[in-house]
This record gives sequence, structure tokens and C-alpha cells, in this order.
Amino acid sequence: MSGYRVSRPSQRIDRDQTVRFRFNGRDYSGFAGDTLASALIANGVTLLGRSFKYGRPRGIVGAGPEEPNALVQLEDGARTVPDVKATQIELYPGLSARSCSGWPSLALDLKSLLGRCGRFMPPGFYYKTFMAPVRAWPVYEKIIRKAAGFGTAPTANDPDFYDHLHHHVDVLVVGGGACGLWAALLAGRAGLKTLLVDDQNEAGGWLLSEASARIDGLAAIDWVASRRAELDALPNVAVLTRTTAFAHHDLNLVQAVERLQDHLPAEARRADQPRERLHRIRAGHVILAAGAIERPLVFGNNDLPGVLTAAAAQTYLNRYGVVVGRTILLLTHNDAAYDTARDLALAGSRVTVIDVRQRGAAPARHAAVIAAGATVLTGFGIAEVRGGNRVRAARLVRLDPLSLKATGKGPVLNADCVLSSGGLTATVHLYCHNGGRPLWDEERLSFVAPAGGRDDMCCVGAVAGYWGLGEALRQTHETLGAWLAARGLGAAGQAPQADDIPAAPTRRVFRIPDGRRPGAGAKAFVDFQNDVTAADIHIAVLENYRSVEHVKRYTALGFGTDQGKLSNINGFAIAAEALGKPIASVGTTTYRPAYTPVSFGALAGPHARETFDPERHTAMHARHVAAGAAFERVGQWMRPHYFPRPGEDLHAAVARECLAARQGVAVMDATTLGKIDVKGPDAREFLNRVYSNAWSKLEPGKCRYGLMLDENGMVMDDGVTACLADDHFHMTTTTGGAARVLSWLERWHQTEWPDLKVFFTSTTDHWCTTAVVGPKSRDVLMRLCSDIDFAMDAFKFMDWRDGTVAGLPARVFRISFSGEVAYEINVEASYGDYVWQSVLAAGKDFGITPYGTESMHVLRAEKGFIIVGQDSDGSMTPFDLGMAWAVGMKKPFSFLGRRSLTRSDTVRDDRKQLVGLLTDDPAAVLTEGAQLLSSPQVTIPADMRGHVTSSYFSAYLGRSIALAVVKGGAASGGETVYAWSGGQVTAARIVSSVFVDPQGERQHV
Amino acid sequence: MFLIYCPYCKATREEEEFHNAGEAFIARPADPEAASDEEWGDYLFMRKNPKGWHWEQWQHAAGCGRVFAVKRHTLSYRIAGSWTLAAGKALFLQEGGV
Repeated sequence: MSGYRVSRPSQRIDRDQTVRFRFNGRDYSGFAGDTLASALIANGVTLLGRSFKYGRPRGIVGAGPEEPNALVQLEDGARTVPDVKATQIELYPGLSARSCSGWPSLALDLKSLLGRCGRFMPPGFYYKTFMAPVRAWPVYEKIIRKAAGFGTAPTANDPDFYDHLHHHVDVLVVGGGACGLWAALLAGRAGLKTLLVDDQNEAGGWLLSEASARIDGLAAIDWVASRRAELDALPNVAVLTRTTAFAHHDLNLVQAVERLQDHLPAEARRADQPRERLHRIRAGHVILAAGAIERPLVFGNNDLPGVLTAAAAQTYLNRYGVVVGRTILLLTHNDAAYDTARDLALAGSRVTVIDVRQRGAAPARHAAVIAAGATVLTGFGIAEVRGGNRVRAARLVRLDPLSLKATGKGPVLNADCVLSSGGLTATVHLYCHNGGRPLWDEERLSFVAPAGGRDDMCCVGAVAGYWGLGEALRQTHETLGAWLAARGLGAAGQAPQADDIPAAPTRRVFRIPDGRRPGAGAKAFVDFQNDVTAADIHIAVLENYRSVEHVKRYTALGFGTDQGKLSNINGFAIAAEALGKPIASVGTTTYRPAYTPVSFGALAGPHARETFDPERHTAMHARHVAAGAAFERVGQWMRPHYFPRPGEDLHAAVARECLAARQGVAVMDATTLGKIDVKGPDAREFLNRVYSNAWSKLEPGKCRYGLMLDENGMVMDDGVTACLADDHFHMTTTTGGAARVLSWLERWHQTEWPDLKVFFTSTTDHWCTTAVVGPKSRDVLMRLCSDIDFAMDAFKFMDWRDGTVAGLPARVFRISFSGEVAYEINVEASYGDYVWQSVLAAGKDFGITPYGTESMHVLRAEKGFIIVGQDSDGSMTPFDLGMAWAVGMKKPFSFLGRRSLTRSDTVRDDRKQLVGLLTDDPAAVLTEGAQLLSSPQVTIPADMRGHVTSSYFSAYLGRSIALAVVKGGAASGGETVYAWSGGQVTAARIVSSVFVDPQGERQHV
Repeated sequence: MFLIYCPYCKATREEEEFHNAGEAFIARPADPEAASDEEWGDYLFMRKNPKGWHWEQWQHAAGCGRVFAVKRHTLSYRIAGSWTLAAGKALFLQEGGV
């Protein structure tokens, strides 16, 4: 192939604007409006890559999203993009790209040596060859991965940002070709809110490549311009170019990605604008006008650089002013490709049309080609292309007129470029993403979207198999007219007129026979990107792969970045032939989003970096950071994990914090606990129904621990609820359970007990809670608050008081999650930071010590207090947890979960029950999650009794402690079990789960 | 992703504002203690799981918080409509629902 520039009246490049760029380390120039592919062809660059499996030289085949070979690594550094199709890169000044494949270099590729031994690389080569020894697979894998693969992913963070935009429209038109433009116009004129998206840099579709077409007496390109102008003038219509609709989901949700900046030179890209925008479009109706893509024919060495589709050559010529070769052979089975031959001949190339049909094209087209100076050979095919790194010649083969067999040799013709046209393949992807099945049209030789579309989708133009411009516009007009009329939106008027030249029938052929048995002749490629040949498909069928989905997976047909846009129908047809079945019954593989590759950035959009999963901070957060706290994530909350002093690790810090809480005073930020305000005349009754314990007698000023069960009788949440007034309660939940509990309460109230008069309001964010814990906590509180009587009898354990703390209105709860005297100060959230500082200042003389969640866990485990979700797992009843005291079985209303507590399964004695564990070695800390065995000898299967749920070293006790759930544990006190973890077996004795102050005296002092 | 109409907000919103709250119109036995283990087990665990139209509860969790009834087709994902629980139940019974 030796491409060069010509000037075409239809060209969409600006020859006054030269654009300089770099490819594979060399400088080239093109014009504004070029793609990288068109500019490279114009510069005579033919070798762009090496093939995946055999390392064969490859060049440009297509002109758009169908391109399988010309994958490049665009730019370097953080903005590098791997595996972009050169046919889809708009040229900009300073562009730099290189080939993705070829190792160690593009010119010398080691795989190509392997490729010469291609006879020995059948489909399934890797599966078959690297079977043994199994242990060596990791070594094989490394080498294979190096040999395979194309581009490299960027290693630095993406410096650009991405955007999401939501649309709700009456009509979404996908595709801005002739039919899409006309459909959008009809919908727009009818007053419907209409959006048209097109993946190219300008509307027009195939009309940009088809210079000679005329519509309503206008040159195609002028018709496009005036339709576009009319659309732009309609206020209810929006048009997005450079926007690929890549997925169709349930209920007409279409996702499209708009490339906003990639076509601009680096200095013109705006940092305040997104690189790409993902449009999420909800459409009342989708009009699919996605068009069709021409596929190649399958013949020997059809992958050599310089072999293209005819349609690509026509696009390069008419749209970009680039002639793909000087001596061109054009292989076709249809009339439409004659237009390409005519245009190329008129542009000065020596063109020979090789028509597999005995009688050739219809007279008008034949005459036009001859008049343009081309030669036509009918009844021939191409057996094989010849050349090293580029096309030099092709050997023809004479075809039997009826049976499609090779009947004799043909001449060898010199050429620098070979084009082929295997007919059009409708771009049915979006019709099929959501379960639609395309129909095989035996006359058009393509799977097409049904012209009737479906309830919420019309399919118009080439996507429905209407190849001719005139027939496509008529079908579009009639379909839209009927659709609008059915909605009372008036008549559509006249259809645009375009003439379709009468065509001779197409000859049904996919693989050109070369007169040799399958696999013996030159490789004839079906899928270029995955190196799948026609012979490979035959072998797959011979090896008994009967489903086309299996053939695809065994051979890799249709995988990769092009997803088989050129190869699928040829592959299905060859598989059908090998299976002896009609194509329609072989069917297609499954079309899945995305139609073309979409960047992760566009999919993530604004949900990246700090907004990926937002953090929640309490009002005191900055103080914790300043104090050097280590944080842990609890739900979305960032909670201090521990507060290390210089030189301290987690264990040292936690030991110090725990001792402070047991012996002096410590302070914790407890703000993250869920809080729900429960109010109404029936609030108390409601609590009785959703908690397992009784609430009838709880007086204002008192608090109570509550256990919440699901209907299966399993513990789902817990927390302390305070009675503020007879009809008003302040409920607390676990940090992670707040939203779930609120939703749970709402659902029961709204669905089962709407007659109860009660409201629930989330107040988690309205209060900041500072827990002051330890024997000296009362002293700290008394320094901050003078209007509450802290005397032991005046303000008892499980009481709460309204008062003024540090000069602020506060609710002080005397509750304890450590077993020590403790107060939780609740103030309006915005005062949290001030109160926290005031508490630290007031406690300074007492050595007040801030502590985090780790010490909180140790303190509560020492007391045997459970953490729902750690010591329980959704299969634990209150009885399993030894909390029968929190179950009011005598309450009149059968509270949630009560009935389940008497089911045969929940009353079993051998359920897993909560116990304490003390290791024989007091220094050994068990692994949380470790399985507990009855014997130190591990048998298979192991006799598993339960598992460790919580395990810590208790500085206060000077030894390790653990909580566990053990089958029948409640009656197994004193027994020894063996914790297995990582091959280590540790003996431990089953004891009470309360390790410190079993009588619970300390919190009452 | 569904678009769901909230009969309380009188607005159609993205699915992400809502939580599915399971099959609709499962009545809690009036006297759970009188139910046999089997009856109680049916109430707890047995669900219709139809291939076709299905009455389900949705909660407008990121909106008004209300629970309402949605009739949705489990195969096509089409939504026939949204109703308050009372109105939905009337329609459900009219359709012969049990």
C-alpha cells in the first residue's frame, strides 16, 4: 500500500491547516480533520502492529470503531491511553503515539518466528500445550502474558476528571447518519424533547464517505448541513457529536460517553472541563439508527498490511482525501463496492474489480466503473495475497458459477493494495444489549434489527437491513410517521427522496475457496485481532464445539477491543457451514455492553477520589487528627482507633488507655452511635413491639438497654434508649446499624401497625456525644456542670439528666459500655468540638486519657458485652448470647422475633452459645475467627465446636481474654477446647464471658 | 436501573433513591403464638418468587421514607405502577391476590 493525498470536493479535512505529529518516533504531518489512521496512510505508513498469536505484520483494515489491527498507545505518562484505534483518534498538533504490539520491536518480532510454525498452533494451543506439569503453569503464564497483550496501562493517577449528566427525553436517536438526522427532525418538529447522539466528530454518517449521493436534489453533504442547521434551530432538540451510545439497559436507559477534549492539542485542553462526560439518558422512545459496517471477505493472507475493506478505502478517499494505493484489486460479491472502485479509478488509481459473481454487477454500475477506467474480472476470487510486510500481488482463483468451488487457477496480479467487500453487517448491538435477538436476513446476508423494533424502540435504516439510501429514508419516514400518528402528533409530510441504483443480486459467499483442503493453503483470517482463521473454526467444530458461544470461546473469535465488528458474521457463517446448519439456527453470540471501550474514568465520573466513598467526620475530628490518632473506618465514619504517644504501638497505646479507664478517667468520642428520636402517644407501645425487653415501666429520666430481634428471633441491633417523656424516647443504635434500624422501624410502622401514633427522626448528626469513663469521671463532670446533682443516689446508673455542661445545654446519660462509672454528654452537634476540649481541660488534673475504638472493644470484652455483628452473626438468639434477662417473654404483645424463639430449631440445646475463653498460656492471644476443636488432634473432617469472635490482651487482668461461640457452650464451663489457626493449636478453657467485676459493682459506685 | 414513581412525593425518581422491601401484602399472623411452627415458617420464609407480575414493597429511603406498593414484572422489569399500600392492596385483592 502506498497511500497519497488527492483533493476531493467532499473532503472534510482542512488543507490549509497542517498538523504535525509523531508516530513510532518519527515526525509526520497531516491536516486538521484527519484521523491518525488517515494521516498515517497518507504518509505511506503501512505497518502498524503485530498480531496477537502469530506476530504477523498488520496494518489498517477499517476506518472506524471496527478496526481490529491499528491499536496504538496514545501519548505517554499519566495521560497515556493503551489500545486506542488509530481510526478513532482525531489528529491534533503534537500528537504522539506508538504501536502497541511487537516485542522486542515492531520490525523484529519474536512471535512472528513462532507464527511461521503456525501449523503447530491450532485453536486451544495454550490449553493443549501447557497442560503439564501442572506446577510449571505459573512459569508458563508469565511468559505467555509477556508475549500476549497489547498496550500498557498508565501507572500514574489520571490527572483528568470526568463528569456524569442525566437526561430525560421523549426521544433518543442513536446515530447521526441520513436516517438518524431525519428521524430526529421528525420528532423535533412534532415538539418532542429529542436528543441525537453520534460517535463521529460531525453528523452525516456514511454520507460523509459517499460523495456522489444526492437527497432531494442536494449533494448529500449539503443535505446533511441543512438538516443539521434545522435541528440546531429547534429549541427542543439537542445534538451531541463525539458521543458514543455504548449501552442500552432496562427501561430504555442508554449510556453514552462524550469525548470533550481528546481531539484538542494539549495546550488547548481546559483543566476546568472534564475530559469525558458520561450521559445517562432515560428515553421514552429510542430510535436506533446505528447503521451498518462493511465486513471483509475471507481469503488467503487477507491480513497483510495493505488489505482493507472497500468501505474504508472509500471513506479515506472521499472524507479525508487519501488514496489507499496506486494499483488496487477490489474483491466483491455485491454491487455497492463498485462505487468505491469508480471513485478510486476517477482519483487516478489503477483499479481491477474482481467480482465473485459470474455475471457481475447491474449494467449501470458496471458501466460507471468501466467509464472511470477500471477493469472488471467476473467469476474470480482471490486465493491468496502475496507479499512480506505489505501487499505485492494476489493470486486469483476461478470459481464455479454454481457450487462455489475453485475450478481452476487464475492469474497473479500485481497490486499494492487489496480491498474486499463482504457486504454490510448491521450494527444491532444496542438492540441486543437488553435481550433483543437480531434476525438473520438471508437476502441481505446480515443479522439485522427487526424493522418493527419493539415497544420502546424503533429501528430505522441500515440497522434494520435497509442498505439503499432511498429505501432507508423511506422506511425511516414511514416508521416515524406511524409512530407519531399513533400518538396524535400529526402527519410527517414528505419523505426525502434519494435514488437507489438497481443492483444485481449479491452472491452468498464468506470464505473464498482456494482449491485446497481447510488448513492447507495460506492462512485466511476471520478475526484479525485474535488471529482466528477459517481453518481454526473448522477445527473447533471438528473437536465437537457445537454452540457458536463455545466456538467463540475456544477460538477467541470476536473477543478484543473490536468485539468482532468485522469478524462475527463471517465466523458464524463458517461455523454454520462446518456444522451443516443454517446461519439463522446457529445464531449469534451475545451482544453485551460496551459497544466500544469506555474509560474507567468516564464510568466512575465524579465518584472518584474523596467522593468515591465519602468519609463522615464528627465535630471533634480535627482534634483527633491533631492528637495524632490512628483512625479506622466504621461504616463511612472515621473513628479514632487509638491515640499513640511517641514510640507507642497499638498494643502499648491500648494498654495505657484501658488502664486509664479502669483506674482514673478516659474519654471517647461516641458521636457516631446511631440516634433516633421516637415520639408519639404510642411510642412506648412501639418500643415494646420492636425490642425484646419490656418498656412499659421505664420512667422519664431513666435509660434502658434494648435488644432488637428480627422476625427470625435473631439479634439484629442493640443500644440504650432513654425515656425523655412519657411519649418521647431517645433511641441509640450501633454505629453501622443506624440507617438500617430507622428503615426497619419505618417499615413495621407503615406496613403492619399504621394505627400506632409515633414518629421516628434520625438525630445521629444532631448530637455530639462525649463519653467520660472511669472512677474519676464524676470529678471531671462536676467541674463542668453545676446544675446536676452527681451524688451517687441522686444520679444513679442508667439515669439521664438535662443540665448545662461547659455552659451549654446538654443531656447527660449515666450509662456504661466499660463497666466503670461513666457519663455520656450529648450536646448539639456544632458544640461537640468545644465540649470535647472542655472535657480534656477539666480532666487534665486527673490525667484524662482519650481512647479509641480498640480500647473500647477491650473494655467491653472484659465485661462480656457483645458487639452485634462481631460476637453475633445473624444466627444468634438472645438466649444463645446468654441474654435471657433482656427478653420479656411475658409481654402481652408478641414482639418481633418472639414466636421464632420457640421454634424447634431455636430451642435446641446444642446451638452455638456465647462463652468466655481463657488460654492456658496467659500470654497467648487467640486469633479472631479461629475454629475451636474438641481435641488437639486435627481430624478430617475436623470436629468443629465453634469459633473465636473477640480476642484481646487485657492489660488490666494482665492476660489474654476471648469471647467465642461454642456448640452447647452454656453447659460446657470448664471444658478445654483447642483453637486452630494457621496450623497452630492453642488450648483454652471455657469460662464465663464476664472477666472483670462479675457482680457489676463498679458502675454503681 | 428502574425509574420508580413515589405516590407520596408524586415524582418519578431513580432507583438509587429507593430500597426494595420485599414482597408486598404478607400479613403478620394476628396471633403469632397461636401459629404452628409450620405456619410461622411459611410466614417467615415462603415467598412467591413469580416469573411475571409481582407486587412488591419499595421504600423511598433517600426521599420521604414512605413504603409503598409497586407492581413489577420480574422478566421484563416493566413497572405497571406505584400505589400507597392501602390502594395497592385493594387492587391486589381485586386481581384475586392471596
